[in-house]
Amino acid sequence: MTTTETPEEAGGGTAAADSGIAAADSGTAANEGGIAATGGGTAEKGAAVLEISGLTLDLPAEDGTKRILHGVDLTLRPGRIHGLAGESGSGKTMTGFAVLGLLPPGARTTGRIAFEGTDLLTLPPRQLGALRGRAVSMMFQDPSTSLHPMLTIGRQLTDHLRHHLKLDRKAARARAAELLGQVRIPNPLEALGRYPHQFSGGMRQRIAIAIALACEPKVLIADEPTTALDVTVQAGVLRLLRGLCDDLGLAVLLVTHDLGVMSAIADEVSVMRHGRVVETGPRGRVLTEPHHEYTRTLLDALPGRSTV
Amino acid sequence: MTRQPDRGALLSVDDLVVQYRRPGAPPTRAVAGVSLEVRAGEVVGLVGESGCGKSTLARAVCGLTPSEEGSISFDGTPVRPLGVRRRDPALTSIQMVFQDPYGSLNPRRRVGAQIADGIRTAAGRGEDVDGATPEDLLTRVGLPADAATRYAQEFSGGQRQRIAIARALAARPRLLVADEPISALDASAQLHVARLMRSLAVESGAGLLFISHDLSVVRLIADRIAVMYLGQIVETGITAEVWDNPRHPYTQALLAAIPQPDGAGLLPAELPGDIPDPAAPPSGCRFHPRCPRAFDGCDREVPLLSDDGVACRLYPAAA
Repeated sequence: MTTTETPEEAGGGTAAADSGIAAADSGTAANEGGIAATGGGTAEKGAAVLEISGLTLDLPAEDGTKRILHGVDLTLRPGRIHGLAGESGSGKTMTGFAVLGLLPPGARTTGRIAFEGTDLLTLPPRQLGALRGRAVSMMFQDPSTSLHPMLTIGRQLTDHLRHHLKLDRKAARARAAELLGQVRIPNPLEALGRYPHQFSGGMRQRIAIAIALACEPKVLIADEPTTALDVTVQAGVLRLLRGLCDDLGLAVLLVTHDLGVMSAIADEVSVMRHGRVVETGPRGRVLTEPHHEYTRTLLDALPGRSTV
Repeated sequence: MTRQPDRGALLSVDDLVVQYRRPGAPPTRAVAGVSLEVRAGEVVGLVGESGCGKSTLARAVCGLTPSEEGSISFDGTPVRPLGVRRRDPALTSIQMVFQDPYGSLNPRRRVGAQIADGIRTAAGRGEDVDGATPEDLLTRVGLPADAATRYAQEFSGGQRQRIAIARALAARPRLLVADEPISALDASAQLHVARLMRSLAVESGAGLLFISHDLSVVRLIADRIAVMYLGQIVETGITAEVWDNPRHPYTQALLAAIPQPDGAGLLPAELPGDIPDPAAPPSGCRFHPRCPRAFDGCDREVPLLSDDGVACRLYPAAA
């Protein structure tokens, strides 16, 4: 787990970060009430919880550096799912990784990723680490590799809770069972004692969602969350994500190449190409009347384009 | 389920049963009585959820997994499991493309040398391979000819899968078996590679058994489709017909679960429950516990695949 090397010098960065922590803490307190409050009001656009502006990313390459992101702007709001589409290599996954500071060694970024007013790009590793998994969390494509095969589900859920929320063993276990119930795993208490291989792919992805949601994050980055699943199982996971987003006021960045998935649950859609966002707009508009030529190309290239 | 074998079939699988044994447990019937045919120049798509036995069937067809009962014949020759001895040259006209192009290519040999193996295989069978070079094959799959001098890890997933296809084609197969050849690839590469496989197979007059859980891709490239559930084929037919008029409730559920990119924000229909453990399949129709249209008797009577290609009691055999 490497952290971003920011262009700022260490000295200046610390001062900025100190004020950043204060902002984040008060933000957390304010938002505890916020979660309950936003429960019903998902229809109107809330204030941005995460705002990416002018994000550029350079990665070391054989001949110097290679620019991966050329000034990405994205806004995530509570209770809304923002879909990020694009072909492989368009930079959609790297955008998600940048939010969490999970960039490869030697990565250089400019621009701003503001989480409740705190710039995550200039936050020192320790403080970013405290936010990561707690306020901003992530789930990945393949649940068979993102879960530890030799630890029970209970252990993987409670480690997280005990580390971030300092819960004791008993409280963590109760919360873990509650989370598994929330993602509709049958017999949550019994499931805590089982290992990942004892669950099907769809169930494992539900468990990954439960882990991602354990510390009540405000932002969830979901990178191709249903790509590895069968369509029948995908339907259930999509339903679950949509429901959790509505009920918990979670802001979701849904990274996917599947415009069908996008159409099913995203509120807003951004389309990326060659490290730039070429189009952003409400789901219905982008998918039916795309403004940008590239979005049209993507839609035309779809296997399932024609209606059944 | 035994039907009259098709004389024109290149590959003919008849009532095949494949079992896996585990210590201390009853054997698992991963393939429980499957009959399937692939003709020359035909693309057959085999679809189903993970764990339904698609891959096991593919491996059995290539002789990688021994069968328990039933028969597999390729052009009249029974396909026997691979052993320590050299394979019957006639059977080298079955070639397989595997799911994971990261594992199926040798990292320590140049791409060209691996493709040359295939050319040598074809020559060993007595085919006229005059002038066939790895470079030609690479060009046919859309890669630069100089890729032959490089190693597999210098390529992306999509390119590696093209190399794997070039290697399979080098052996001049008459039947190509592709087990989820596109699922490890990026979305943008998936359709390209699938279409490439179809055109290369059809051009050379070979049959293609294309296994995938991605229905939308299968729909585009397959002439015929077979839907598999828990070790059995529940519906089969001309792709467009199955797509427009799915009859088996499982096929209907599969198709309804595909989200449409229409911008409408509709959640796809969910098929409740998980695929049951194939070691202890449900009685009667294997789909009945999840079937929205199950009725009295579905838990007892085993429906057989009818001549018009559906295994469901909702469709009594036409007189």
